[in-house]
Amino acid sequence: MSTASVANHDAAHDHGDHEHHDNFVTKYIFSQDHKMIAKQYLVTGMFWALLGGFLSVLFRLQLGFPEMDMSFLRPLLGGWIDETGHLDPTFYLALVTMHGTIMVFFVLTAGLSGTFSNFLIPLQIGARDMASGFMNMLSYWLFFLSGVIMFISLFLKTGPASGGWVVYPPLSALEQAIPGSGLGMTLWLVAMTLFIASSLMGGINYITTVINLRTKGMSFSKLPLTIWAFFLTAVIGLLSFPVLFAAALLLVFDRSFGTSFYLSDIYIGGEALPNTGGSPVLYQHLFWFLGHPEVYIVLLPALGITSEVIATNSRKPIFGYKAMIISLLGITVLSFVVWAHHMFVSGMNPFLGSIFMFLTLIIAVPSAVKVFNYLTTLWRGNLIFTPAMLFSIGLVSFFISGGLTGIFLGSSAIDIQLHDTYFVVAHFHLVMGSASFFGMIAGVYHWFPKMFGRMMDAKLGYIHFWITFVGVYMVFFPMHYIGIAGFPRRYYSWTNFEFANMYTDLNMFVSVAAIVTFAAQFIFLFNFFYSMYKGRKATLNPWQSNTLEWTTPLHPGHGNWPGEIPSVYRWPYDYSKPGAEEDFIPQTVPLSATPESNLPHEQELVKVELEIMKEEEEVLVSNEAKH
Amino acid sequence: MYGFLIGVGVLLIFSIIWMVYRIQTLVSVVKGSDKKVASGSNKVNAILFIVFLVGTGILMFWYSIKEFHNYQLPIASEHGVVTDRLFWVTMAITGVVFLITHVLLFIFPYKYQYSEKRKASFYPDNNKLEVIWTIVPGIVLAGLVISGWMAWSDITAPAPENAHVVEIMGYQFAWEVRYPGKDNVLGDYDYRLITATNSHGIDFTDKNAIDDFPSPVVVIPKGEPVLFKIRARDVLHSVFAPHMRLKMDAVPGMPTRFWFVPTKTTAEMREETGNPEFQYEIACTEICGRGHFSMKKIIEVVEPEAYQKWYAEQKSFIQMNPSLAAGLPSDTKEVAEIQLSEK
Repeated sequence: MSTASVANHDAAHDHGDHEHHDNFVTKYIFSQDHKMIAKQYLVTGMFWALLGGFLSVLFRLQLGFPEMDMSFLRPLLGGWIDETGHLDPTFYLALVTMHGTIMVFFVLTAGLSGTFSNFLIPLQIGARDMASGFMNMLSYWLFFLSGVIMFISLFLKTGPASGGWVVYPPLSALEQAIPGSGLGMTLWLVAMTLFIASSLMGGINYITTVINLRTKGMSFSKLPLTIWAFFLTAVIGLLSFPVLFAAALLLVFDRSFGTSFYLSDIYIGGEALPNTGGSPVLYQHLFWFLGHPEVYIVLLPALGITSEVIATNSRKPIFGYKAMIISLLGITVLSFVVWAHHMFVSGMNPFLGSIFMFLTLIIAVPSAVKVFNYLTTLWRGNLIFTPAMLFSIGLVSFFISGGLTGIFLGSSAIDIQLHDTYFVVAHFHLVMGSASFFGMIAGVYHWFPKMFGRMMDAKLGYIHFWITFVGVYMVFFPMHYIGIAGFPRRYYSWTNFEFANMYTDLNMFVSVAAIVTFAAQFIFLFNFFYSMYKGRKATLNPWQSNTLEWTTPLHPGHGNWPGEIPSVYRWPYDYSKPGAEEDFIPQTVPLSATPESNLPHEQELVKVELEIMKEEEEVLVSNEAKH
Repeated sequence: MYGFLIGVGVLLIFSIIWMVYRIQTLVSVVKGSDKKVASGSNKVNAILFIVFLVGTGILMFWYSIKEFHNYQLPIASEHGVVTDRLFWVTMAITGVVFLITHVLLFIFPYKYQYSEKRKASFYPDNNKLEVIWTIVPGIVLAGLVISGWMAWSDITAPAPENAHVVEIMGYQFAWEVRYPGKDNVLGDYDYRLITATNSHGIDFTDKNAIDDFPSPVVVIPKGEPVLFKIRARDVLHSVFAPHMRLKMDAVPGMPTRFWFVPTKTTAEMREETGNPEFQYEIACTEICGRGHFSMKKIIEVVEPEAYQKWYAEQKSFIQMNPSLAAGLPSDTKEVAEIQLSEK
């Protein structure tokens, strides 16, 4: 076994030596290096985040200042601003739809998983690259193509898809119902199909790599929690995205080929359509079979990143490593059996509602365990507030706030009133949107030195964090009140209803907070691009972390380690171990080298370890002799 | 000119920010604080967490109390009392958890901020703790599930026999209402029968449909069960009556229902809210197109006697538009004619 793995490493090593043959195109564009692909994902994700954020500013202007003259936006939006200077109500729906689609799929799925799974999996498990570099490259370029198509759809005369990010038929199936359901929706479906293909290719690669390419000694019980999170995320994606594909495919058939999967008994535009026997609720079941796991697809990587960042900067092992893994596994499994809690009042059988309420509230248990474990990790730590650490603490706060409101929504009786109100908007923007976004930002601050060999400016990071953290709460916390009062989602204006015709001031406040928060992201952008070229040179292990990626050179080439891939001897969380001189012991340090700090059961492992090392050395020597 | 000035101003602000940024970078290099594990900012950040905790905590309590009457809509249905009680019980439980976890989350950073003299304590696990905080939330959630489930099964149970039936049909972008008339049975409908004069697609060959009547507002009696039969004509809609704590999607091709008992008449509610113009409203909560935000219908809750009186006075579809009866088979037509002669 050990012979085979060493031989493998050797072959890969040779490959690593040939990297200087890269030209510009193979290095920066059609790169098969996981690190470059990760950066491509990151920059593309940042572009989409800016665009998605900008769209939200547009509709927040409408909601906060309904009387405002928006003529100044005409150069950008053209006919979508009417003669009186107001936003077109149809385009308002297009804005919320595209904001949702872009943020959920392009930013928090591709931008987060795509970046950090690609970047960290090989580096943290000790692999030369992904299992299939080519497929990895293909995955990015399909995502890119998908983005191009989605981007084009923004400029159509009839507007992009406008049926909400969930694109429920019949609204999304019938052009007569809303203009965005014409070509805009077609492009949405094409883009999503490519996106699904892209994330499947990515996911297969992540899973294969984690299972097959771990370095010597890197057992599953020694994997950093980041890798566990990315691995399970990929598993969820692999099992749920195909269902979205099926849902989309049936929708395509209904739209273009006259089938009736989702359509029945429809009279629209002065005519009765021939479709009978379909069910719009079927689409909802299929959609949410992806839609709910999708929440965890965006959240788990963020939780993984946070576990790593909090442990490192608390100078403490993550509390309950095994419990954290079990929670992740629990969330993974349960995420597949809670989807219909989005449909309590969709008209489905109320008995199903009872079942899904029960299952939904179970998933709160592993989530609670994670929170308690984070808190205990902070307890009696020695906390260093790097920007990444601040964003991780922010994430935990959002995870608590948004997670707790999930308990209301998961209870079907309470959900009757809250469903599709701003309470839901507040809930998922905190627990899924902001939490995952903070995880992503924390990841960028933390691994920037590994990505670019330079440091981001910490002070700018602090300013960025505090404005964003306070800003996010100022945007989403007031929405709870608005939601309890019953304000429905996706409303262009509330002035038609007396029960909702209050809180103009609160909506104005939310809008201002949203604009400030959005503007603060430019601090980050500046910091990111400036530091990329002018930042201080990073040291090899700037955060004094234990994981493998910090054993690579400052600018790792294709192949990551110039020589042998280091072997792993311990778990990644040996921080502040009693007896040890430093407050961290990297995974590559053998137990036999640290007799002063070994725990009793580790001391017993030393003998086994020494035997393996001896054996390995013999293999190496014999390999040398062959050459 | 104005735009130019703004441009210059923005440029100026950016260059000042830039200068400040450069200067602080250089100063930190000179001071050597960039080489330290934790600079002076560590303390500032730790303090800011406490400031944030106290500041937002005060803001939250102040606003929640001050605005309570505003965001807590008065309840006007029997099951609404139950769901609201569940809501506030859940709020109390989650509120406690929210406060405790956040106090810890923001106090720990202050208390355990970095010090060179200290070493973090190596505390990798504690099975007892883990078990406790798995089981305790489990039990609490089980309690919430059971109480929620009991409420849910009561609310979604079949409507009582004597419930007053009202059909609500959503379309882009309004609601239409149909009452079953004297026989208390709604007539059949078929979406293919929809015309300009028969917007519900009522099948008048069904005798039960002859006495069905429309209404511009939803009138319902106080204290008696009411069953909303809900359907949609084109895309998904959702009937949402916030004061009734009622919500149910309207699905084309799949009729849905929701029954409830209103507890306060419109007049009583006007008194309670002190708003002489108060009206119960129905809104749409499922995105349905351009006019999604404008699908309003008024509910008028009246005393049962007033309801009976109103009900008897209404004119059926056929009485309002006798041409609907044209071309009906003879036996149905007879019923229709009898009804027409009754007016």
